[in-house]
Amino acid sequence: MLQLLQLIVSGAAIGCIYALIALGFVLIYKATETVNFAQGDLMMIGGFIGLSAMTVIGMPFALAFVVTIAAMALVGMGTERLVLRPLLGQPAFTVVMITIGLGYLARGVVTMIPYWGTETHTLPVPWKDEVIWIGGEGSGLVVSVEHLVIILATIALVALLYVFFRYTRLGIAMQATSQNQLAAFYMGIPVRRVNMLIWGLSSAICGVAGLLLAPITFVHANMGFVGLKAFPAAVVGGFGSIPGALVGGLVIGIVESLAGFYLPEGFKDIAAYVVVLVMLVVKPNGLFGENLTKKV
Amino acid sequence: MHFLFKTRYEQDIALFKHGGQRFWYAALAVALLAAPWLLSEYTLSQITFIGIYAIVCLGLMLLAGFTGQVSLGHAGFLAMGAYTEAYLQAHGWPFVISLPLAALVAGITGIMIGLPALRVKGLYLSIATLAFGFILEQAVVSAEGITGGNAGLQLDKLVIAGVDFDDGTNFYYLVTFIAVLCVLGVLNLLRSPTGRAFVAIRDSEVSAQSMGINLAHYKTTAFALSAALAGIAGALYAHKIRIITPDQFGFLQSIELLMMVVIGGLGSIQGAIFGPAFWFLVQQLIVTGKDWLPPELGQQTGLQPTIFGIILVAIVLFEPLGLYGRWLKFRTFLEIFPFYRKGMFKRQKSYMKSERMK
Amino acid sequence: MTAPMLQAVNLSVHFGGLKAVNDVSFDVWPNEVFSLIGPNGAGKTTIFNLISALYRPTSGEVRFEGEVISRMPPHVVARHGIARTFQNIELFEHATVLQNLLVGRHCYRHTGWMQDLLFTGSVRRAELEFRRQVEEVIEFLDLQHYRDSLVVGLPYGVRKVVELARALSMRPRLLLLDEPSSGLNTEETEDMGFWIEDIKADLGITVIMVEHDMGLVSRVSDRVLALNLGEVLTLGTPEEVQAHPGVIEAYLGGVEQ
Repeated sequence: MLQLLQLIVSGAAIGCIYALIALGFVLIYKATETVNFAQGDLMMIGGFIGLSAMTVIGMPFALAFVVTIAAMALVGMGTERLVLRPLLGQPAFTVVMITIGLGYLARGVVTMIPYWGTETHTLPVPWKDEVIWIGGEGSGLVVSVEHLVIILATIALVALLYVFFRYTRLGIAMQATSQNQLAAFYMGIPVRRVNMLIWGLSSAICGVAGLLLAPITFVHANMGFVGLKAFPAAVVGGFGSIPGALVGGLVIGIVESLAGFYLPEGFKDIAAYVVVLVMLVVKPNGLFGENLTKKV
Repeated sequence: MHFLFKTRYEQDIALFKHGGQRFWYAALAVALLAAPWLLSEYTLSQITFIGIYAIVCLGLMLLAGFTGQVSLGHAGFLAMGAYTEAYLQAHGWPFVISLPLAALVAGITGIMIGLPALRVKGLYLSIATLAFGFILEQAVVSAEGITGGNAGLQLDKLVIAGVDFDDGTNFYYLVTFIAVLCVLGVLNLLRSPTGRAFVAIRDSEVSAQSMGINLAHYKTTAFALSAALAGIAGALYAHKIRIITPDQFGFLQSIELLMMVVIGGLGSIQGAIFGPAFWFLVQQLIVTGKDWLPPELGQQTGLQPTIFGIILVAIVLFEPLGLYGRWLKFRTFLEIFPFYRKGMFKRQKSYMKSERMK
Repeated sequence: MTAPMLQAVNLSVHFGGLKAVNDVSFDVWPNEVFSLIGPNGAGKTTIFNLISALYRPTSGEVRFEGEVISRMPPHVVARHGIARTFQNIELFEHATVLQNLLVGRHCYRHTGWMQDLLFTGSVRRAELEFRRQVEEVIEFLDLQHYRDSLVVGLPYGVRKVVELARALSMRPRLLLLDEPSSGLNTEETEDMGFWIEDIKADLGITVIMVEHDMGLVSRVSDRVLALNLGEVLTLGTPEEVQAHPGVIEAYLGGVEQ
């Protein structure tokens, strides 16, 4: 029983990372109906920026955290402005392909940047390798602080996003854009600028995910492949749904954690994909998805 | 510029539209036949690779470019072909039987992977194929008894009817022959009802159905044929490379195949050949050019992905029809010189068409 | 003694709480032009989608020559000889006009993909035959000029005709036209009217049409069914329907007392 609980907690922590990346997908998908296949690679860049801020410049973690978020927001907005905006109105596949290209490019470029390179780096967070015992030292539930931080930070971030979308002008404008671009445009919302900000927001969230994930997995050029597992998370939740992304991420994380323990070796890595295939066959619109049939 | 005056329906369905085309393709055939005498062994080997990749890209083009079903797990089919071939060869099956079987096994896998295509489309389908790709890769690793797991499988040299195909020239001819057959097959499909049904599905599923096209049947067929072509290429790839391991057929390989097709030009058969040809050419240029670059740049492993990434992004942004589209423009420019004007091929800007229904 | 060609029997379809079509019944007789009219949201296109089986009815059924077609997959319905056009034009944009029309011959193919792969003699003969048949439609609708153009570059009016041509290439017995005149200018609408008359008179095809242009409706229709909010208002000749108070009210809005 304790074992199970243990697995669920660590699964939930990884699930939160998937959820954050999936959240990034969903935000962009809702606003522009395109999917950013480079989301995981954005997370990787976030990890590297945080790493450089801490180890090269010597910032404390809190400051590096803020710097990473700001830098990632700029990266996201820059990408939208330079590469995505010229493709406005093009078929979805064009955009998918360009983000695949950007991800491919990012993995190449990162290895050529001095100090980042092809090695794996450790992010020196203050809570590295610490654990907390819940219910008695040595006998209760052991939770690593890294996992705990991920879960708490995700909760905080989601709460923040909720307030943002619910109560700020910009958040409401973003929601309007995601419902209907043309109508939002007619209502005087600067749709293009909003799209740019959504890319910024989505990238910043990925930056946070990168910083949270880095203490457990190291910072590495191929770190972004974790982002591929966020697709199953987003699909399980229903691609256009923000709560769906969170639930989907948790489901995938926990299933993966359980599969790693109870099933033979190798199943852990594909558990997410098996879940998504089952989901696509059984309930293609996901848990919280909207109907996607085309109107004629 | 050629003006075609069609006087018979046969002209519509002819593979070559006019004498000029026939001449150039004949010249190409002669060049392909003469290549072993003209080129170094290394260059010939690279061209053999291009031939193998052209076969996979042809399949992917059929699926993504003509049927509109984007596969992000195509390397999985390549693996099915390669491992089937390696396994059958080790068990003493002759190539003439094992190659079709490799195509068959890959094709059946393709049908399985195509099944989600009956329920979902677009992005969701891409994710399903991506998932299948990962699962297949893992299955290959896990089935150690058959595949040798992570250590991989080694192939014996290829001998068909007493002729040694380990030899570069012979193998080149074999690959070229099979590639030409595949191209002809796909061209035949595209000028017949099956090919038109594919294009119809790509452009409008609703109206394809209302024209009597069974979506499930044709999507599955497209997946099966595409996978079978990848299977054939996989079998040839296995013989070319002689040692196959699961990591050669990973997600990155799938992405690179898709990149080749897009760089070549989606929706054209020529694109499926231009793409891999260009890819290997650039790869070669990078290898040669490295020595002239300062070592800080030249020795970087990230150089190649960076360059290909830039090329892909540039193509998607500026030349959505890929290299083939660029070639068409160039040809039009030559044909109607000096009347070419900028913007002749300008694409129309439009607002995003939402497919969501409220 | 003739039987109705198409029968809608107590047809209803509900999307969530919305009753898009509610208990609609009508018969369409062979070789008539039958029009569906009504304000936006009356359920006209929904009825088309029910006939071509893109939607499943919540209750009731559609019968074509006595056979229930509303439970069949759409492509099987098409094979029974029912062709249609779409309100927002659903052509195969990146194919030529000729290829679009040839897709219309799809139902009549008798070769499989294996024969196609080898382009056998029978495929070749069938292809030539398909071209001869399609060429008749091209001539009928004066599309010779556009035969080898890509649809994506054609003006709206021409696309509308191409879509009609594609439907005719199927040599259907029943043709569903969804707003054939929308987006066309007066002259093009005039042509469309002539064609519909010819389709009925020369080709002997039964036509069901959704249309807003009352001029066109009165000119070509034998009978008109007026719908409002998913329910039948009235059925009759164009003159009767136009004079019906319910129709006037539905179009002009309720008269405030």
